[in-house]
This record gives sequence, structure tokens and C-alpha cells, in this order.
Amino acid sequence: MAKGVWIVAEQRDGALRKVSFELASTARKLADQLGEEVGAVLCGAGIEALAAELGKYGVDKVFVADSPALEPYTTDAHATAVAKAVKENDPSILLVGASAQGKDLSAALVGKLATGMATDCTDVKIADGKLLAVRPMYAGKCFGEVVVTGTPQMASLRPNVFTIVESAKAAAIVKFDAGLGEPKTKVLEVQKEAAGKIDVAEANVIVSGGRGVKGPEGFGILEELAAVLGAAVGASRAAVDAGWRAQIDQVGQTGKVVSPNLYIACGISGAIQHLAGMSSSKYIVAVNKDAEAPIFARADYGVVDDLFKVVPAFTGEVKKLLA
Amino acid sequence: MNIVVCVKQVPDTEAQIKVKGDGSGIEEGGIKWVMNPYDEYGVEEALRLKEKFGGEVTVVCVGPARTMETIRTALAMGADKGIQIDDPALYNADAYATATALAAAVKSAPYDIIFCGQRAIDDDSGQVGSILAELLGIPSVTFATKLEIDGQKVKAVRPIEGAQLVIETSLPCVITATKGLNEPRYASLPGIMKAKKKPVDMKTAAALGVAAESKSKVAKFTPPPARPPGKIICADDTPEGKAAELAKLLREEAKVI
Ligand SMILES: Cc1cc2nc3c(=O)[nH]c(=O)nc-3n(C[C@H](O)[C@H](O)[C@H](O)COP(=O)(O)OP(=O)(O)OC[C@H]3O[C@@H](n4cnc5c(N)ncnc54)[C@H](O)[C@@H]3O)c2cc1C
Ligand SMILES: Nc1ncnc2c1ncn2[C@@H]1O[C@H](COP(=O)(O)O)[C@@H](O)[C@H]1O
Repeated sequence: MAKGVWIVAEQRDGALRKVSFELASTARKLADQLGEEVGAVLCGAGIEALAAELGKYGVDKVFVADSPALEPYTTDAHATAVAKAVKENDPSILLVGASAQGKDLSAALVGKLATGMATDCTDVKIADGKLLAVRPMYAGKCFGEVVVTGTPQMASLRPNVFTIVESAKAAAIVKFDAGLGEPKTKVLEVQKEAAGKIDVAEANVIVSGGRGVKGPEGFGILEELAAVLGAAVGASRAAVDAGWRAQIDQVGQTGKVVSPNLYIACGISGAIQHLAGMSSSKYIVAVNKDAEAPIFARADYGVVDDLFKVVPAFTGEVKKLLA
Repeated sequence: MNIVVCVKQVPDTEAQIKVKGDGSGIEEGGIKWVMNPYDEYGVEEALRLKEKFGGEVTVVCVGPARTMETIRTALAMGADKGIQIDDPALYNADAYATATALAAAVKSAPYDIIFCGQRAIDDDSGQVGSILAELLGIPSVTFATKLEIDGQKVKAVRPIEGAQLVIETSLPCVITATKGLNEPRYASLPGIMKAKKKPVDMKTAAALGVAAESKSKVAKFTPPPARPPGKIICADDTPEGKAAELAKLLREEAKVI
């Protein structure tokens, strides 16, 4: 019978990504309830040293596929490698990060393993010995409690939602041969964003602007606030479609789903499609001069005023606090 | 070029979603149904490929009778024919079962490229395109924001955190579309007239020879957790006063800065 709670550890450029620790900590909790072990699959080239780091967050055994063919990430090489390890070891649960890479990989794995998956979960628990995954559906307008009847029971976890807990284990390392054939896809080029730019999908704090920011220059005051907070700058679709900001910065139903600790919406009305992308943020601040704007219904803190006056003043206050 | 687009019918993005009293699903009464917005990008890209290389665009949809309207919308935009897979056995199908049905339908005709949406905005699952590719044994590129085809070669751009990847693969393949790929056209009036006469093939799971076996299910639907009402900051009536109060609350109460 299938046994063990597994994760797919995500690394890029030789470093584990934060979501890997969130996955490991969550898997540890589930495994303890089941009295089972935590396994992790780690794929890449020259990445064996990262395995020990996973032990710190409760992983008992790391299955490592180390091959130049696994760097950089491609769907077919990584999905082939992970599926092979899973088929050979038969874990009962498999958790993947709902990051850009994890979303791609996990969906391909569902196909390769002929199983089911709960996508982008905000909570997972064990009920009657089975995984019960909780996830927003219909853009967060309702939630679903999902059970997976296939094996392994797969879930992808929304980044930044699950707590990281250290529980040191001396992770055993098991190397395996990924059994890769001719690659079907290859990465021709990686075009990196400007150095220092924080992606909204990964930021702890996001300062976001909408049509109320009036134009590309208006974003200057949001950039200044973001620099002080170490935040990313996001945008509503109105701001993106007007050409003021890049598509990759768009938050919402047709943009990115984010869950930072703090989301500061400036000059954004709070249309349902925007809320779809940011309502799982831990704290939401809204700055809008219209007291009736729907964003205030979702905000923890609301400021009804002109953003061009409030934002610079707020930046000054934060500077003082952080000095 | 034989192009297939998988289109799903979903509630309009503005729709109010109410969970049924027993948590078994959502109330469908009063919902306005539309084509999944990401599938519009798929249809548009398919039409552009057809305009460039010639060929035929087939749309495939799994769903009840009402989904014919979505198929007709795609035909009115310019697709050539449709396949509707309407079978009660598939009404609550998960991604795996849906992809199995789509794979069976697609297999029966030649195809060079298949478009899906990056995700459907009802189940928000984002799996069907990738599963379909695996079932057909062909490569996939998800979240495409740019696509170029040259002979059998496919070049696509896909954003990840902090970078854009330029990925190369070959036909046949599955591409999942996301915003940025193109600007979908509207159906023209003549398009709408012509769509009425375009052929739509009706299939059942049995006719396709698929078992429609879901591997997951939503055991219970619940309304979103209530958020405690927020505070409107009005320390004094100046923007400066409000800014200072906000900074203080974020620091001392929320502890996020
Ligand atoms: C299929 C579909 C998908 C969509 N996907 C997305 C998505 O992913 N993301 C998204 O954001 N939207 C999305 N939308 C669009 C969405 O419906 C809204 O149109 C959009 O979010 C509005 O952006 P906004 O809040 O910036 O602009 P508006 O709604 O115009 O709001 C501007 C706000 O700024 C305020 N304001 C103006 N001046 C000032 C000032 N000086 N100081 C303070 N406040 C000021 C105004 O009071 C107003 O509330 C989608 C729509 C559809 C149909
Ligand atoms: N019932 C369906 N009929 C046709 N295509 C579908 C169906 N469900 C999903 N798809 C396709 O798969 C994409 C992703 O859907 P999902 O995995 O459900 O989020 C959609 O954008 C469609 O292109």
C-alpha cells in the first residue's frame, strides 16, 4: 500500500526556493499525523548538497536526480524524473508548490501518474487517514474541500501561505537515475528581469497601483514606497492595459494570484477580478479617494484620501519607523 | 495545419457564486455563462495560425447542452467546426477525466497543435492542458505569452518568477494560453450568421470509448471565510495624519512593517 508523504523540492540556479521549505514543513506535519516518513524529490545538476538543507525542515529521505539534462527546468525532463521516483517508491501523498514551475510540473505529473490533484491549496490536513485539501475556487468566491481518490494524492500549495517550521532530520540521500530519453523541449533563453526587481508572486509586501495612479509617472511614488518596504510593485489590469505597467506585474484573475503579508492597493477600485488575485493576502491596505470603492470591503485598513498626498507621506512615516 | 482548441464554458467573471445549502455544489440559477477568458486567447491564436498557414480550426468542449452557445461563439469568431461532448457521466468530471475525454475526441482526427487555456476560472485547476499532452504523448508549453511556428519548430515565451523563458519544442504539441498572447477578436455579425451553419459533432463518453473516471472530487463547497470588518483610518482629517496612523497600525497592530 502507498506510504509516505512526499514533496517535490524546487530549486533554481543551485538554491532551494522558499516554497520548498513550506512544502517540507507541511509534509512533516501530515506525516507525523500518519506516522509516516517525509520524502523529497530533488532534480537538477550539481545539486546534491541541497539535500541536507531539506533535512532541516523535516525531510527524512531525499531522492536526488542529478544530471545536466535536468538543468534548466523543462517540463518533460523533470516530470519524467519525478514520475519515475514516485512509481518506484509509491508514496501516498505528493505535494508540489503552486509556483510558476510547480504549476507546470504538477499538472504534467497528474497526467503521467494518472491521478488527481487539488491545485493552489491554502490548507491541507489529514481526515480519516486521507488528505483533505482546501482550496479557493471560482476566483476565491467559494472554497472546495477536495479528496483525491487516485494515488498518490496530489496537492499543490499556494506559496507564502504555509508556515515554515524547522524540525531537524539527518536526511538520507538516495540517488536515482532519471531515465531520461531524448528531450522534447528545451530552454533556448532565460530573459531575466532587471536585477533587484522583486516578482509580485514572490513578494512579502506588494504596493499595487490602478487607474487612480493616472499614468506611468504616477507609479514613481509607489516605486519609492516599495523601495523603502522592500516590496514589489503590482498593478491592476486597468494599469496594465493602459500600458503603464508590464503584464507580469498584473494581479488578478487574468494576472497573478498573490498572497503577501501586506498588500497595499492604491487607486484600485477592487473589482471582483482584482480581488480574485489578492484576497488571500494576510493584510490588505486600501488607499482610495472614493469611500464607496469595493476595495474597502476587503481591506483591513482603509484610507479615504488622495493617494498622491497619502502615499508620499506614508513613505516618509515608514522611513522614520525603519530608521 | 489542423488546429484544435479546447474551450470550456464558465460563469461570467462578474457572477455571484452561491454555495448550495448542503455544500454539494454551487447554485447555477441566474448565472450568465461565457467562454473561459483564457480559451479566448487560444481561439484567437488558432485563428491567426490558420490565417497564416491555412488549415482548419476545431473547437472541443465537454459539458451540458448549454455549452453549445460557447462552441457557437468560437465558430462565430472564425473556427470551422465543433465537437460537443455532452454526457452526464462527465458533468462533475475532474481534470483527469475531462482530459481523457478530450484526448479521445482529439485522437479521432489529425492534429498539429492543440490550445487550452492556462486555467479555467471556475475550478481554477490549471491541469487539463498538461494532462491532455501527457495522454497524447506530446510535449506541452504552459502559460504561453508568445508563440512562433516555423515548420515543425515551435518557439514559445513563458513567464516565471523574475524571468521569461524562451522554450523550443516541436509539433504536435499542446500550448496553454495566458493573457499577453494576443487580443481576442469579437465575433462579427456575418460571423455569427455563418456560425449557425457550421457543423458540430455530438459525442458521448461511451461513443468515445472512455470510462470518465475522476481521480479527485470536491467533497464539500463552502463560502469563503468571513474577514473581520476593516478599519477606516481617520486619526485627523489630513493625509499626513492618516499616513502616520496607518504606519503606526501596520507596525504595532499588524506587525507587518
Ligand atoms: C475577464 C476579465 C478578467 C479581468 N482580470 C483582471 C485582473 O486580472 N486584474 C485586474 O485588476 N482586473 C481585471 N479585470 C478588470 C476589472 O474588472 C477592473 O476593470 C479593473 O480591475 C479596474 O482597475 P482599477 O481598479 O485600477 O480601475 P478603476 O476601477 O477605474 O478604479 C480606479 C480607482 O482609483 C480611485 N482613484 C482615482 N484617483 C485617485 C486618487 N487621486 N487617489 C486615490 N484614489 C483614486 C478611484 O476612486 C477608483 O476607485 C478583468 C476583467 C474581466 C472582464
Ligand atoms: N470541460 C471542458 N471542455 C473543454 N475544454 C476544457 C474543459 N475543461 C478544461 N478545458 C480546457 O483546459 C483548460 C484548463 O482547464 P482547468 O484545468 O480545468 O483549469 C481550459 O482553459 C480549457 O482549454
